[in-house]
Amino acid sequence: MIWNQQYETMPRDELRKLQLLRLKQLCENVYHRVPFYRNAFDKAGVKPEDIKSLDDLQRLPFTYKQDMRDNYPFGMFAVPQEQVVRIHASSGTTGKPTVVGYTARDVDTWAELMARTMSAAGVGRGDILQNAYGYGLFTGGLGAHYGGEKIGASVIPISGGNSKKQLMLLKDFGSTAISCTPSYALSLYETAVEEGINIDELKLRVGIFGAEPWTDAMRQEIEAKWKIDALDIYGLSEIIGPGVGYECVEEKRGMHISEDHFIVETIDPKTGEVLPAGEEGELVFTTITKEAIPLIRYRTRDITSLITDPCKCGRSSVRMRKVTGRSDDMLIIRGVNVFPSQVEAIIVTKKELSPHYLLIVDRVDNMDTLEVQIELAEGVFMDTISKLQELAKTVEKEIKDMIGVTCKVRIVEHKTIARSEGKAMRVLDKRKL
Amino acid sequence: MKLQQISVFIENQSGRLYDVTNLLGQNGINIRALSLADTSDFGILRLIVNNPENAYKILKDNEFTVGRTEVVAVEVKDEPGGLAEILGALSKNEINVEYMYAFVEPSGGNAIMIFRFDETDKAVEKLTAAGFTLVPGNRIYGI
Ligand SMILES: [Zn+2]
Repeated sequence: MIWNQQYETMPRDELRKLQLLRLKQLCENVYHRVPFYRNAFDKAGVKPEDIKSLDDLQRLPFTYKQDMRDNYPFGMFAVPQEQVVRIHASSGTTGKPTVVGYTARDVDTWAELMARTMSAAGVGRGDILQNAYGYGLFTGGLGAHYGGEKIGASVIPISGGNSKKQLMLLKDFGSTAISCTPSYALSLYETAVEEGINIDELKLRVGIFGAEPWTDAMRQEIEAKWKIDALDIYGLSEIIGPGVGYECVEEKRGMHISEDHFIVETIDPKTGEVLPAGEEGELVFTTITKEAIPLIRYRTRDITSLITDPCKCGRSSVRMRKVTGRSDDMLIIRGVNVFPSQVEAIIVTKKELSPHYLLIVDRVDNMDTLEVQIELAEGVFMDTISKLQELAKTVEKEIKDMIGVTCKVRIVEHKTIARSEGKAMRVLDKRKL
Repeated sequence: MKLQQISVFIENQSGRLYDVTNLLGQNGINIRALSLADTSDFGILRLIVNNPENAYKILKDNEFTVGRTEVVAVEVKDEPGGLAEILGALSKNEINVEYMYAFVEPSGGNAIMIFRFDETDKAVEKLTAAGFTLVPGNRIYGI
């Protein structure tokens, strides 16, 4: 099912014309309304009127997550605050979140994008959508919610967690679609088995999964266990939230990007050079219709490649493959963005601990786990068990408070965490994604 | 009347206890008393040795996580209620025991308890006043 025939199947030359028109308007807009962009354009020696073709996009400066932090909370807004009807935020490395705002039109755009996402997955009027993404500052819950309502599905805003209740509603309400993280889908299945639920008696037929990286092997596992179609979606709050990229049920190979709203590039993360389509590089997005926080060439740090082949579904848009890695050290643990530097910021405040630490991420019973190993500091030594345990508990709590992820802190002997020349190894990801 | 105790932080993995005792043995350090407190993740090995200064330096040079703590050795009368008598005196004076462990003199004399107090000086003063025998370092180290 194609939600928006006109834009989703628009011939590519027409689409490019539309992109250029919107890009020019965007440049005019941010140059005059966002001091950050005026400075950045001036520094790069480019004026809005210099943008004459889509290739001129390469002359524009990049936007980094750090720029959003530097302009915390509302410095990147291109509209007066009274036009902002919604504010979301995601966790940040220094404790300050990354803030995104939406005008009424942005909220509509977002719902439109999620409506395309749901339709591409085969969800529509008459479906019962159990939305198990977290509601709140995180964009997942409300993003899927508005999209679900727009396509006319009956949306159950159950939010994340509480597996027994999820299963009860799945059974009693006859939910036909579910949206959550892929790891939660697998963990929910385990609970279903424990509760003796017969999967064949459920009406569930499709799942819309995102907010964390996952593999095709996981897709096959989810599809076989739940007996559903499992579709991947991509999004990040800086760009708009979920709905930036979505798979179609016809091919399930790469996520379509709504190019009438975003211009996507892949670049070499070191040189910043634009790569030919198909080559692996960092994804960069320019939001050409957003009002509250329009972004020019936003560096996502996600590594993947683009597919330009025509798709069976008839959509004319470019597709992105699954994200294969990061060009920085960010981890996604249970859908939450985690930077080692956040953990480090906590450790350095404890005189009993050294700044040598290692984050070990694993997946046990389909749930991500995080263990933080920290070396004791030299010369400061508490020789009672209870004080050391208390210290570990304190750090666990502070990490939970700052990044929202439960972890286990293991205090280790001095000089036992591997040192390397140059960059210290801070992360051991055993999830094999 | 205070003793130097060496504490070593060790992760719970086989062989670490051996590493510490072997290293000290090779360097001519005699272990007089030893206690291991542990959890599922880590342990703290507490040692009374004949030469605490040297032992500390050797362990540190070999990159063990090591600390020094002041403890007190108290003679326990070889009769029922001997230990309770000491603990009673401490309780009366509101002195907290962080941990303690036993130590037996090879000569067959009285048992000795090693105590770690939250207020070491006060403990020494009160125990002495109450007539308990505190064992001096040179006697313990030289056993
Ligand atoms: Zn398609």
